[in-house]
Amino acid sequence: MNLKVDVQEEGHSRVVYLNGEVDVYTASTLKEKLIPLAEETNKTLAVDLSNVNYIDSTGLGIFIGALKCTDKSGSTLKIRGANARVKRLFEITGLSEVIEIDTEQREEA
Amino acid sequence: MSRTADFIEMKVPAKPEYVGVVRLTVSGIANRLGYSYDDIEDIKIAVAEACTNVVNHAYEENENDPLMMISCGVYEDRLELMVADKGGGVDVETMKDGKGPVTSDQPIEELREGGLGLFLIETLMDKVEISGDSGVVIVMTKFLQRDEVEQNGNGISTEAPKQ
Repeated sequence: MNLKVDVQEEGHSRVVYLNGEVDVYTASTLKEKLIPLAEETNKTLAVDLSNVNYIDSTGLGIFIGALKCTDKSGSTLKIRGANARVKRLFEITGLSEVIEIDTEQREEA
Repeated sequence: MSRTADFIEMKVPAKPEYVGVVRLTVSGIANRLGYSYDDIEDIKIAVAEACTNVVNHAYEENENDPLMMISCGVYEDRLELMVADKGGGVDVETMKDGKGPVTSDQPIEELREGGLGLFLIETLMDKVEISGDSGVVIVMTKFLQRDEVEQNGNGISTEAPKQ
């Protein structure tokens, strides 16, 4: 039950690769990495969830926090690679209405 | 007519690192009962949300022995999960008021980072009751959709999961 966070530069985007589970235990790891990146001005920040098999409201709350930061800093936040379960949570909570969710990147295993 | 239930009880420290332990335990129980993959995931999230609320809000920081109590009532047609604390840090009515999904007509700076947990519990479970004076008690029920699962007496599926 852990979370690995890797940040990579891909062209003009920063991509944050998450691997593991995002819950109340691992949330601080994510927050510490993601929020400073979201505060940088005029960037595209993508969060890749291809290797995330569990997320709950704690994780979703961090994405809301990051969205507020990118909104202020003139950056763009995108979510990509979410599996069907994770995507469903974004839809149920209405987050898919306010955060760009890109599902093209992933082929369902 | 439902037969006598089996009860499983856990008392664990109200700390972030134990939420995953509770989640996996409850997942194991739901799996044994023959719930579908999606239902098990729903149950995992709901129980984790209830435990997360306890960890984040129930107790004062200097509380000596913060605990969360989880009990699972295993019935023939349903799973009843109770998550309780003895903290008294949360007012049940305030808690109920603060929940709801995010909508795109709110300005981004006004979006709230909390409040999704209880909303998710109520969305993902079939029945939810919240009560309590000195501490919050959440009882949530998920019914077993027998028609949708193959009969599977030993709890081990011979088929690969759908995804």
